[in-house]
Amino acid sequence: MQWMSRLPRRAWLLIGYAAAAAALFSAPLYLNDFRLNLLAKCLAFAIVALGLDLLWGYTGILSLGHGVFFGLGAYAMAMHLKLAAGGSRIPDFMGWMGLTKLPWFWEPFKSFAFAAAMGLILPSALALLLGFFTFRNRIRGVYFTILTQALVIITVTLFVGQQAYTGGTNGLTGYTKLFGYSLTSGTAKTMAYLATAAALLAAFAVCRHLVNSRFGKVLRAIRDGENRTRFLGYDPAYYQMAVFAVSAGLAGLAGMLFVLHVGIISPTMMAIVPSIELVLLVAIGGRGTLIGAVIGAILLTQAKSQLSASYPDFWLFLLGALFIVVTVFMPGGIVGLIRQARQAILRRRSENEITLDSIVSKSNGVV
Amino acid sequence: MKSPSILSCQKVTVSFDGFKAVQEMSLELASGELRFLIGPNGAGKTTMLDAICGKVKPAGGVVEFHGRKGTVDVTRRKEHEIAQLGIGRKFQTPSIFSGLTVEENLEIAMAQNRGVWATLRAAMTKADRERVDAELELIGLEDKKRLRAGLLSHGEKQWLEIGMMLLQEPEILLLDEPVAGMTDKETDKTGELLREIVRKRTVVVVEHDMEFVRNFASKVTVMHEGKLLKEGSMDEVQRDDRVAEVYLGRKRRDYDAVGSTA
Ligand SMILES: Nc1ncnc2c1ncn2[C@@H]1O[C@H](COP(=O)(O)OP(=O)(O)OP(=O)(O)O)[C@@H](O)[C@H]1O
Ligand SMILES: [Mg+2]
Repeated sequence: MQWMSRLPRRAWLLIGYAAAAAALFSAPLYLNDFRLNLLAKCLAFAIVALGLDLLWGYTGILSLGHGVFFGLGAYAMAMHLKLAAGGSRIPDFMGWMGLTKLPWFWEPFKSFAFAAAMGLILPSALALLLGFFTFRNRIRGVYFTILTQALVIITVTLFVGQQAYTGGTNGLTGYTKLFGYSLTSGTAKTMAYLATAAALLAAFAVCRHLVNSRFGKVLRAIRDGENRTRFLGYDPAYYQMAVFAVSAGLAGLAGMLFVLHVGIISPTMMAIVPSIELVLLVAIGGRGTLIGAVIGAILLTQAKSQLSASYPDFWLFLLGALFIVVTVFMPGGIVGLIRQARQAILRRRSENEITLDSIVSKSNGVV
Repeated sequence: MKSPSILSCQKVTVSFDGFKAVQEMSLELASGELRFLIGPNGAGKTTMLDAICGKVKPAGGVVEFHGRKGTVDVTRRKEHEIAQLGIGRKFQTPSIFSGLTVEENLEIAMAQNRGVWATLRAAMTKADRERVDAELELIGLEDKKRLRAGLLSHGEKQWLEIGMMLLQEPEILLLDEPVAGMTDKETDKTGELLREIVRKRTVVVVEHDMEFVRNFASKVTVMHEGKLLKEGSMDEVQRDDRVAEVYLGRKRRDYDAVGSTA
């Protein structure tokens, strides 16, 4: 046991990260196709959870509209896949709606690079815009959260209504290939999984860097006392806009990857319930710690896939119950519980040492 | 020789829904001066500081700051701009960032570029380290630098906040009741800190504790019901009949308060 405490905490963290990375990248070797696909979905959600945690856990801004940013990323990728599937023909649903020519804004999505860039830029730009009008006018707390819900309603209505351009309620589906390779092949699935694992690790590294930087400290200061930061000379609005945009960009990235694994995106997936589910990933895992967000996303997505297949109604009840239990009894989420347990053990150990010491010194006195 | 004025407030009026918390109050500060602002509860002392640091916008009057960057009417500026100009503020209740460690609180308070890009790339240089360490020593919190600030005692929080203000390097420092709620020992230590602070900058201190104020041979401004009542040395102020009247009323209330809580 001695050598364990001699290694610095930093080294332990590095070893932990290396082990987690190794486990993630070797997963295709020991998981079957179904399990691998499920894990890929979990990892995609973990990316959104990281972004939400930056925003909520670190800066104190609760967004119940991240489904929209996730959806925008997903649609950007789906548009590319749809065009790739159709070859030179326009997407099927456009034909049914009476369109004969590809709309101008669909045109550039023929390029994968453009679609991928849009999957990041569109959500971030929308977040910046919303942030500009809210944070600069000091709209925050519940009012901000309500506005994000309004954003969800507006976006979903728009996507459902503009059926000729968005595929309406059905969304976009029926993709067959990417970069000319069939998407259904085992190799393609493995590649998509590996891309997601790499994206998650990159997102984690970026978030860790942000959180540990002075920027991250200012974010936490804003969470603790937004007005107080003003009197130090910081303008919280720009920090809030920046973190909101990064958070939305991460959701967009996750959406793009999600579409690859699931093969469909529709307005229901960016509606209110999925948006709330995303926040729950963070709440249950433990907000304010990056690893908590990842753990919450993986566990909850696994649980959802197990339960919602057999008891779809039960899942929603469970989700609601979980939310109440977590907010009331374990505000630190799973990670918070682990920390408390560790502290309790440490405390008991130090008490033991004290009694041991006093026994030793007493016996010394006798001898 | 009269030192140049660094802040001149002229006929400042602050009203809350028609109620005038500060009325045509004027205040002139010489560069490098230590000024005490006293007055009974509700006299408008805190509100006056709020008007100077931009927390409230005056309904009338000007607050001119003659700082390093020239003369500015701060009533037209936002809080963070005023802070950047060089006016620092310590609030009545300790307001440190409880989720950050003591060290982190000092790090973000330190004078620096406050933009998003700047803090994204900011690294703790050797010079920064030394500044923070020197400050930790001054406020006596070296041993607790890695502790979450929320876990500090009341007095320690006050010192941390004073330390933050100093690292912010303002030209004018506005302190609202820095010794309120402190034990005698803590009050003495804060007095020492204050002497250290005034050596390099202009300071306004709002204070109730007359004993504390008497320790400093400084000019005193008395406010009552939002207005300027008297300005002068502590002796002059104490000899003033109107001040005595206002304060005797208050003294009695103070004794009552002490009696009822004891
Ligand atoms: N935000 C506000 N809205 C309405 N009235 C206010 C507000 N802030 C202060 N006041 C009122 O303005 C008056 C002056 O308050 P202020 O806090 O400036 O007094 P003070 O001199 O600092 O008193 P104390 O010694 O108790 O701190 C008080 O009557 C107070 O009730
Ligand atoms: Mg006050």
